Amino acid sequence: MRSNPSAAGQPTDSARAAAHSPVTPAAITQPHPREFVLLGCWTALGIDSLDRQLDALPVSRPEQIVVDGARVEALDTVGVWVLQRFLQRVHSAGGTVRLTGWRAEHTKLLDLLAQRAAPSAPVALRPQPALERLGRAAVAALEQVFALLNFVGESALALAGSVAHPTRVRWRTILHDIQGAGFNALPIVGLLSFLLGIVVAYQGAEQLRRYGANIFVADLVGWSMLREFAPLITAIIVAGRSGSAYAAQIGTMTVTEEIDAMRTLGIAPLDVLVLPKIFALLIALPLLTVYADVLGVFGGMIMARAQLGVGYGEFLDRLVNAIQPSTYWLGVVKAPVFAAIIAVVGCFQGFLTHGGADSVGRQTTRAVVQAIFLVIVADALFSILFSILDF
Amino acid sequence: MQADAQNGQRNGAPVIQIRNLSTRFGAHVVHSDLNLEVHRAEIFALVGGSGSGKSTLLREMILLHRPDAGTIRILGAELAALNEDAVRELRRRWGVMFQHGGLFGSLNVRENVGLPLREHTQLGDALIDEIAAWKLELTGLAPETGIQYPAELSGGMLKRASLARALALDPELLFLDEPTAGLDPASAAGVDKLVKKLRDLFGLTIVMITHDLDLLWQVADRVAVLGAGTVQGIGSMDELAQMDQPLIRQFFDGPRGRAAHAQQQEQTQERSWKQK
Repeated sequence: MRSNPSAAGQPTDSARAAAHSPVTPAAITQPHPREFVLLGCWTALGIDSLDRQLDALPVSRPEQIVVDGARVEALDTVGVWVLQRFLQRVHSAGGTVRLTGWRAEHTKLLDLLAQRAAPSAPVALRPQPALERLGRAAVAALEQVFALLNFVGESALALAGSVAHPTRVRWRTILHDIQGAGFNALPIVGLLSFLLGIVVAYQGAEQLRRYGANIFVADLVGWSMLREFAPLITAIIVAGRSGSAYAAQIGTMTVTEEIDAMRTLGIAPLDVLVLPKIFALLIALPLLTVYADVLGVFGGMIMARAQLGVGYGEFLDRLVNAIQPSTYWLGVVKAPVFAAIIAVVGCFQGFLTHGGADSVGRQTTRAVVQAIFLVIVADALFSILFSILDF
Repeated sequence: MQADAQNGQRNGAPVIQIRNLSTRFGAHVVHSDLNLEVHRAEIFALVGGSGSGKSTLLREMILLHRPDAGTIRILGAELAALNEDAVRELRRRWGVMFQHGGLFGSLNVRENVGLPLREHTQLGDALIDEIAAWKLELTGLAPETGIQYPAELSGGMLKRASLARALALDPELLFLDEPTAGLDPASAAGVDKLVKKLRDLFGLTIVMITHDLDLLWQVADRVAVLGAGTVQGIGSMDELAQMDQPLIRQFFDGPRGRAAHAQQQEQTQERSWKQK
């Protein structure tokens, strides 16, 4: 057995050397031009930078050299590899090698490497030229767009199918998902929209006071919260909470072959996993949006009284007069669209997972980023649409 | 094989020494007063029904789980008394092959094998890649496998790659968790040979959990049967076959146990015929 590899710790690393008895570093000496004497531990920890030193040793004329291993304290595969690389250099220069003084167990290791059929160089990764990388990335992006459209189509078909056969809808799963994505999100959605209402009122207060238009704070808060902020902040929170959860769940199920198992059992993953999630968000997100509306306006109301001296009664009177119901409806109408985006993107990215844990993380990130991106794009499109329709 | 094990005994202190070990999960007793010794350069197998505490024992030996009572000494170090540096040093002296490979999905196979060398030594990157490629070759994998990712490998290749990683730092002690589970018979036979070859080449002490009767008959020097929280019997397979504790008999008397035993005896006879 190799002697004492327990005495670990690199001599160059003083912090570690302090903790252990140091390994005698491997060394090579040349007492005679044709004789090499090896010393110390020829092990992974003892070699350090000896391989570079060995590569620099000149072997020029064809001659017989003697390699004496009697004073090698320990030898492992790393040491053998480094030594063999040197010996091969001698061989290819036309020289021959005689090994003397080696212990039996060390000879066994040396033979092992010498017996190797062909010393093949490690296979290297082929670096891709920049243009090829660009092309591949573009094609991959395009493919993903088509795959997403494909998935949207499949989901729509499944949705149509479940409308045609309502008995096949899995209500229990839907209720469970509503609880997860909707009910459990109430605290965080409520808190954030409340704070948002406070911020909007606070920012507007200074300007309004300057014009003596304090009461218009109700217009400001009502208009901005109901129409834009409440739907958007709710969608973003749900994308972060539930979109990511959907992608991670389906992704992990793909990795552990649960999805394949479902398919072989004749259960469509789309019916069991995707549709309930879409239904659940279609129901939960509009409700969450209304809840966010209420708390956002409430936050603004508190700030209006504190900063502008507008009482609750005044504020609510003004709110009812100034904000038409259509403003409220325009905000709530957006929510189902956002819901569909979040659920579909989350599930789609989950299904794209392949390989291991790494891939699950990557697809989850993509699900959230793409969902938020698409939600904001959809919001912008709504703004354009509403201004054309003159709402 | 026998001679080797006896040699080991003569070589002095056992590599692993477990004394009065007890483990509990809540009210469930896994080990009670378990004693075990593993000698140098032997291939030692742990067997037992599911829930007999094999995996827990392995996890306790590799410092992933702390026993409730008792002592475990490995390579001369008392596990419970180690400080952080000593733990790191000890971990460098053993290699572990996990049942499902435990390869890192974000690294390719060659990087996985080279990782311990990169972490614990100061060798150059090119040298580490060469050595990792050699380790893969030693475990019977093609060089092209090195640049594949674990997700692209078959079960047998995963086990081999995992073994190559366990061997990266030339450990003195190797733990194998179900080295042949889920492999086809040809690959499993390959693993049998590989385990033996590693012991003969590097003088490794190998501790494995296995249910593979072929592996037990062909490769293991000594086998410990765990059951009811303690070691029911310990010895070579031939010795165990003579014992008559019910938990050991269970193991030998099933149709599979008989078949493997019969096959073993046939081979022994053939060998003795050839010698004549």
